[in-house]
Amino acid sequence: MSALPALAARSLWSRRVTAGLTVFAIAVSVTLLLGVQKIRSEARQSFTSTISGTDLVVGARSGPINLLLYSVFRIGDATSSVSWQTFELVSRHPDVSWTIPISLGDSHRGFRVMGTSQAYFEHYRYGARHPLEFTRGAAFDGIYEAVIGAEVAEGLGYALDDKVTIAHGLGEVSFAEHDEHPFRVAGILARTGTPVDRTVHVSLEAITAIHADWEGGMRRSHPHDHAADDAADLAPTRITAFLVGMKSPGAILQMQRALNEYRDEPLLAIMPGVTLQQLWELVGVADTALMIVAACVVLAGLLGMIAALLTSLNERRREMAILRSVGARPGHVFALLVLESGLLALVGVLAGFAITWSVLGLAAPVLERRFGLFMQLGLPGIYELAVAGAVVLAGLLAGLVPAWRGYRNSLADGLSIRL
Amino acid sequence: MGSTGMGAAAIDIQGLGFAWTGNEPVLDIPSLTIRRGERVFLHGPSGSGKSTLLGIVGGVLVPRRGTVRLLGTDLGMLSSSTRDRFRADHVGFVFQMFNLLTYLSVVDNVTLATRFSARRRERAGNAGDEARRLLAALGLGNPALLGRPVSQLSIGQQQRVAAARALLGRPDVLIADEPTSSLDADARGSFLDLLMRECAAVDATLLFVSHDRALGPLFDREISLTDLNRARPDAEAT
Repeated sequence: MSALPALAARSLWSRRVTAGLTVFAIAVSVTLLLGVQKIRSEARQSFTSTISGTDLVVGARSGPINLLLYSVFRIGDATSSVSWQTFELVSRHPDVSWTIPISLGDSHRGFRVMGTSQAYFEHYRYGARHPLEFTRGAAFDGIYEAVIGAEVAEGLGYALDDKVTIAHGLGEVSFAEHDEHPFRVAGILARTGTPVDRTVHVSLEAITAIHADWEGGMRRSHPHDHAADDAADLAPTRITAFLVGMKSPGAILQMQRALNEYRDEPLLAIMPGVTLQQLWELVGVADTALMIVAACVVLAGLLGMIAALLTSLNERRREMAILRSVGARPGHVFALLVLESGLLALVGVLAGFAITWSVLGLAAPVLERRFGLFMQLGLPGIYELAVAGAVVLAGLLAGLVPAWRGYRNSLADGLSIRL
Repeated sequence: MGSTGMGAAAIDIQGLGFAWTGNEPVLDIPSLTIRRGERVFLHGPSGSGKSTLLGIVGGVLVPRRGTVRLLGTDLGMLSSSTRDRFRADHVGFVFQMFNLLTYLSVVDNVTLATRFSARRRERAGNAGDEARRLLAALGLGNPALLGRPVSQLSIGQQQRVAAARALLGRPDVLIADEPTSSLDADARGSFLDLLMRECAAVDATLLFVSHDRALGPLFDREISLTDLNRARPDAEAT
């Protein structure tokens, strides 16, 4: 019996072109299955680690997911804003440890501009409570200073002290650029793998200053005198949203309820972790569909293998008869064919792992830069091993079909087949 | 299992009847006995049931009635897997064509039976060496030739490799099914010479089947299947 695996391997090797194609089909399907799962788990990881350590996100009343999307992911726009008085009221609350104001609505060459305060650099956390770090420079100090995310710096080739202009409105190309408002790059943030990397941060006063020249979307006939800008003139009246850190976790729910029931202004306060989970469940549907598609591709690969083995059976009847003549039993023929398909699946799985690991290894820098996904290519985990085991097992099971046919053929043919 | 004393029949067939799935009988042989060490030439036209008879003697096909004793063992009393094992242990086969597995080397083709039969493995000793000895005896001693893929050998060379395979591990019975029909006259003569000599050397019983009656005189005994078989299936006259 121990001779069979060697025979199966050599028989396959003699048909290496067709066997190779079968292996390749399985490898591609395994690659897809592993790749989808890898990206999925990394996406989930990176998604849920976008914000951490923030107890509440507060904005004008809309949907929780909408609020999370525009305030944290910079996706979409706020429909309304929050008054500065409310922000200050919450900030002064004895249970509140810190607050970070967020003012959105402008862009710089396709990157979102966010007005905020120094508190942002001090209290914002992502991932496993990582604080924001500067690779160069420091937080903005003056009105016309900006702190840019790693991707902004890389994508636009900005260095410290470069002069940049901020546009009113959003979009890659703006016809209404404020040339007379040059901002100095005061700091560049270290890469976080979150939307922070794609954000230009300026002070709230700067946001007001940008809009001082613009009223109702029209430029003032007499340009604003920037030399006269001072903090008093530029104090914000409304912001888009704000982040809240509480002194004790016990106070979070109470504060959330208070804000949601606040009478003077319609507010919405959400716990980011909870809403992230809801949002992920929404995205998870597409994600499950992707997994199903990947599994179907594996199935197609295995069906291809069955077809290839069945097709080859007829031209291999002589081979089986020879084996029978030297003492192979029909059971040997059966085992040989099951072994062959198992071997094809095994080699396909190994090739699939090799392809997945090399493709992800090569694509890792791109995935990190473009999507903020950090691919960790360690040893295969439980999921990967389960996939490998399942595909090999499925390969062995698929082999039962041609094996049964081969078994029946060799019983019927005996030694007398003539081709 | 199946060991018998000298002088006993190697093959003993009594009241054999065989038919494929239809009811048309293919074989109806009242009696056929072949002694140990005998070299028998069985001839008959195409379709006369020669290969079917060989399948029955080899224990691959099961007769509808009658007994087939191989080396004293009644094949009908064995389970199909025991029969397969018995065949592997005691019978060597040479076919007409396509005898070799193209994905194995010459030597691996010759030692193939030792993968399935412990007895043949034991009797072959060092299977590789024994294979090379047999190949050399059959005129295939050139190492360069042994290194080639079997598909690059001539038909005559392939048949000699097949003969070496059938003889490895000294099987008691050698069954040859038209092994010379694809060879030219010269190759046929030398192949038969070698086959006879090696069979004699290992004291194997030879059952050689062909439709070419010219070969008959080379054997100890000639048997006409047409005379022997009362079933007379649709045989083409030759």
